[in-house]
Amino acid sequence: MRDLLHLTGHELLALIRSRDISAQEAVGVSLDRVEAVDSRVQAFRCVLREEALAQAREIDSAFSRGEDPGPLAGLPVAIKDVICLAGHPATCGSAILRNFVPSFDATVILRLREAGAVLVGKTNMDEFAMGSSTENSAYEKTRNPWNLARVPGGSSGGSAAAVAGDMVPVSLGSDTGGSIRQPAAFCGVPGLKTTYGRVSRFGLVAFASSLDQIGPFGKSVEDLARTLVVIAGHDPKDSTSARIPAPDYPAELQRGMGALRIGIPREYFAEGLDSEIRAAVRSALNRMEEMGASVEDISLPHTDYAIPTYYILATAEASSNLARYDGARYGFRADAAEDLSEMYRRSRSIGFGKEVKRRIMLGTYVLSSGYYDAYYLKAQKVRTLLRTDFVEAFQRVDLIVTPTTPTVAFRFGEKTEDPLEMYLSDIFTATINLVGIPALSLPCGVSSEGLPIGLQIVGPPFGEGRLLSAAASLESNLNFRARYRPKDLDA
Amino acid sequence: MSIPLETVRHIARLANLEFADEELEVFARQLNSILLYIEKLDELETQNVQPTSHVTEMRQAFREDLIAPSLEVSEALANAPESKDGHFAVPKVIG
Repeated sequence: MRDLLHLTGHELLALIRSRDISAQEAVGVSLDRVEAVDSRVQAFRCVLREEALAQAREIDSAFSRGEDPGPLAGLPVAIKDVICLAGHPATCGSAILRNFVPSFDATVILRLREAGAVLVGKTNMDEFAMGSSTENSAYEKTRNPWNLARVPGGSSGGSAAAVAGDMVPVSLGSDTGGSIRQPAAFCGVPGLKTTYGRVSRFGLVAFASSLDQIGPFGKSVEDLARTLVVIAGHDPKDSTSARIPAPDYPAELQRGMGALRIGIPREYFAEGLDSEIRAAVRSALNRMEEMGASVEDISLPHTDYAIPTYYILATAEASSNLARYDGARYGFRADAAEDLSEMYRRSRSIGFGKEVKRRIMLGTYVLSSGYYDAYYLKAQKVRTLLRTDFVEAFQRVDLIVTPTTPTVAFRFGEKTEDPLEMYLSDIFTATINLVGIPALSLPCGVSSEGLPIGLQIVGPPFGEGRLLSAAASLESNLNFRARYRPKDLDA
Repeated sequence: MSIPLETVRHIARLANLEFADEELEVFARQLNSILLYIEKLDELETQNVQPTSHVTEMRQAFREDLIAPSLEVSEALANAPESKDGHFAVPKVIG
């Protein structure tokens, strides 16, 4: 029997389209793999077995009738549990939404289905996407398939682990400060955070509205391109979605590396960066030069101010967005409250986890009377300085390359006691959200302990095409998937 | 700067959250260390810098004011912890 488990999404799509295998076989392989390994990884919050098999049957019969079921026909896809899928719980990793069942589909869900993708389940995450290890989930403890004693990263840890563990070739996550790229790096898979406005957020439960974006994980860069072309584009239901047509991303991959000018920001290679990560990224940069790119040092002088800026803006927006969880219309309600305000207070205090409360408190503080100018307004001004850094850099270079994370995947509990230390794992990724530009994490090597290392490629606004084509060229040069594989699941 | 426990208690009230005293002390300590870190922004002179409220400088998105289907009442109430006569039911508001 053919080894379907280790195929990339686009390889699988080709076999389904040529009818070498059926969509039902492809989806069956995915579901069986979930059943075989997910008790150890715990990437999934729920698995939609019957529904997925029924959808696959429909795709197979469409093919039999000579119809084209769409560019992702038969592709098994997993969805982060922060995205609404009608009729199935969307817990967002929070106890407060344990019983919440949305009555509508997110726009990305509709677009995936129209393209023929088969939704096999919802994946675990840090509560309301707040965290960098998925340890803040009120539910499962998701493990890293490369080493089950390590975290998968977060907040989209379940979506990253599902792809790394060969349970699905493609999944969707959301990224507010690194929540796609950081787990992609920790789990050794490609992951893309899109330009602010590139993908509709209708049906994405909000964390920080000026930062949140949906994006794909895949087994290959081509998987990202094929998924992005389906989910990108304007949506009248999301007023922040851009009225800029999405190019044909898979076709853009043909552009290759060419004579791209790559900028290396010196601030991202400062002290504190793990030496193995530094070496792996440097070695990948040498490969890019050999392929025709030119590499030059640049400066992004306000880099050190990004994390404080991020934690003011993200928590302020979160405290406002999460005010909706009041126990009145949906979600958890505490029993036996004497009056309405007691019901609000008790429902929220029992329903929210520690990190979410910490961020609501910080956000409420920075927005409270007398502090707005000192914190929120100040942070919005620094955000302008950060944007200017990138505008100036992109006048000199086409793309910017950095490490995705300062360390490889850490152990469970290693950073849970010190929130600030956890926040610093987003030091290379959060700036990108503040600036609103696209960035991709690509596995570029492994550490001496056998843990994946991620390299981040950053592009100008709506520059996903160039980003993906450079990443695809580097990917085929590095050949990471053929050289390294997570061993912990098949030992 | 260090925020006093009483301020933390006030913020909790504003946020509709309640904490046990020992929990409140842990929060106060953590918030203080985060705020101390955030104070790094004071190093920057921003008197003449425009704030960024939207990264892509987009304009307001307007659309025609047309009637379109929306959620049925029963769907809107489907997740309600308690409902009555087509409304969300809550404990008394005024004592």
